[in-house]
Amino acid sequence: MSGAADTTVPLDAAAALTGIAERGGGGRVAAEHGAAAPDVRGDFPIFARTPGGRPLVYLDSASTSQKPAVVIDALAGHLGEHNANVHRGVYALAQEADAAYEGARERIAAFVNADPRTTIFTKNVTEAINLVAYAWGRANVGPGDAVVITQMEHHANIVPWQQLCRERGARLRYLEVDVEGQLDPAQLDAELERGDVRLVAFTHVSNVLGTINPVAAMTARIRAAGAVSLVDGAQAVPQMPVDVAAVGADFYAWTGHKALGPTGIGVLHGRRELLEAMEPFLTGGDMIAAVDFESATWNELPYKFEAGTPPIAEAVALGAAVDYLGALGMERVRTHELALTCHLLERLAEVPGLRVVGPPDAERRGGLASFTVQGIHPHDVAELADRGGVCIRAGHHCAQPLMRRLGVAATARASVGVYNTPADIDALIQALQAGREVFGL
Amino acid sequence: MDDLYRDYILEHYKRPRNFGELEPHDLEAEEHNPLCGDELGVQIRVQDGRIEDLRFHGHGCAISQAAASIASEELKGMELEEVRELGADWMIDLLGIPVSATRRKCALLNLKVVRGAVGGGSDWPA
Repeated sequence: MSGAADTTVPLDAAAALTGIAERGGGGRVAAEHGAAAPDVRGDFPIFARTPGGRPLVYLDSASTSQKPAVVIDALAGHLGEHNANVHRGVYALAQEADAAYEGARERIAAFVNADPRTTIFTKNVTEAINLVAYAWGRANVGPGDAVVITQMEHHANIVPWQQLCRERGARLRYLEVDVEGQLDPAQLDAELERGDVRLVAFTHVSNVLGTINPVAAMTARIRAAGAVSLVDGAQAVPQMPVDVAAVGADFYAWTGHKALGPTGIGVLHGRRELLEAMEPFLTGGDMIAAVDFESATWNELPYKFEAGTPPIAEAVALGAAVDYLGALGMERVRTHELALTCHLLERLAEVPGLRVVGPPDAERRGGLASFTVQGIHPHDVAELADRGGVCIRAGHHCAQPLMRRLGVAATARASVGVYNTPADIDALIQALQAGREVFGL
Repeated sequence: MDDLYRDYILEHYKRPRNFGELEPHDLEAEEHNPLCGDELGVQIRVQDGRIEDLRFHGHGCAISQAAASIASEELKGMELEEVRELGADWMIDLLGIPVSATRRKCALLNLKVVRGAVGGGSDWPA
């Protein structure tokens, strides 16, 4: 069955990544071995495109990743060969669809060491956080309570809490980001000691700063203080080994499309006791046990939180994506991306007037760098990069409060994926240098 | 020669005309481009139903700053009634560069804020 256990990763791709892993993770290493960089690009059909006669240089994986053929095939294969609705049919085809969907859930949960029964499919991280903000938040946060988030959150992990606090008369407080883009554990302790904190929500890896937060230490403190934790894993799961059980969050959310999967599917892992005590978020079909004219009772986990026909083909394709990543090995993915990030930081430092925000050393950050170039607005930086065939993002990255904290209106951001090579970064630097000339700098 | 970043565009970007504060002023408005967080405000002094003087303030990319700078020189002396009716083509023609769909709002932000200030509504110029 497409997207099921038979999904394979080309051996040469895995071997290529191993090569980089054995050489270690320094930027210089990556630079010296530029020609021998791991090449899984062949697994990704989009890289057959040559816009303007040049190779496609895609440095925007923090926005969304490109998709390997195994994922595309799993999506099409499911729709073309196994399509039926789930959880209702008695016929053989419906049973195939059920097996594909639930099989994908099991493999997706196993990929991050989570329990499939507490692994809920949503539309994206935004919906996952809204689910918690509504189904848990409305029942557990009241007047005089506080919700604590951080200054480095994506709007998806800010606005649902603003709405909750406004509605319930609770306070929203922020953990500050220091000059190197780090949180201060002492400030978390001080917040928790105030005794009014019901929930702390924070990102695992910042989509702007790249900062990797000490999630397990933070969730332990939050638990000890009797509060609930939610971790936004959108940037973490695609690029490093994530063990949801070890992270220890009460809720952990991530999304398929940044992890080589399709759009339209997100994942929420929740603590069983909390999920069982919660009322549903969305109501309707598939999430009920029984319905009479006046009322209904709820289905068991995780179906209680999956109202309506779920993203079936998307789940199957995300299953193929985690199979692919699992076969590469997330340790090796991280090592590869760390080497690329070292190279990225080293080369960006060569560009006059360029300032990188976030932690100065690559070990403390995920595979991205946000930066400004003196004399060129970030939008123009992205436009000039595009002249060189390089895709980077510019703007506030859905993190306007953080932009204000950093004292910038916007940044340009280059982010790497498993398919990038040092040559991609060199192309960016070349485009930035050429862009400075266009601007007469 | 770069198609988009022509010399006069960069010249207006680096040394924008009519930027700063205008005191006293009769009208003002502020807008932002939600896609990129760019902000642009305008202060306008009116005499006899015409824009006597104006100043922009804010920050943005080369296209949005150059467009505001170039437009500011044309807007001086224009009747408010005429300004309310100005469309996207007026601005794009004035800029004189090919503006892609993704940069269109950069180019039109100044016209949106000026039209808003003179009672021309809050829609993006069409």
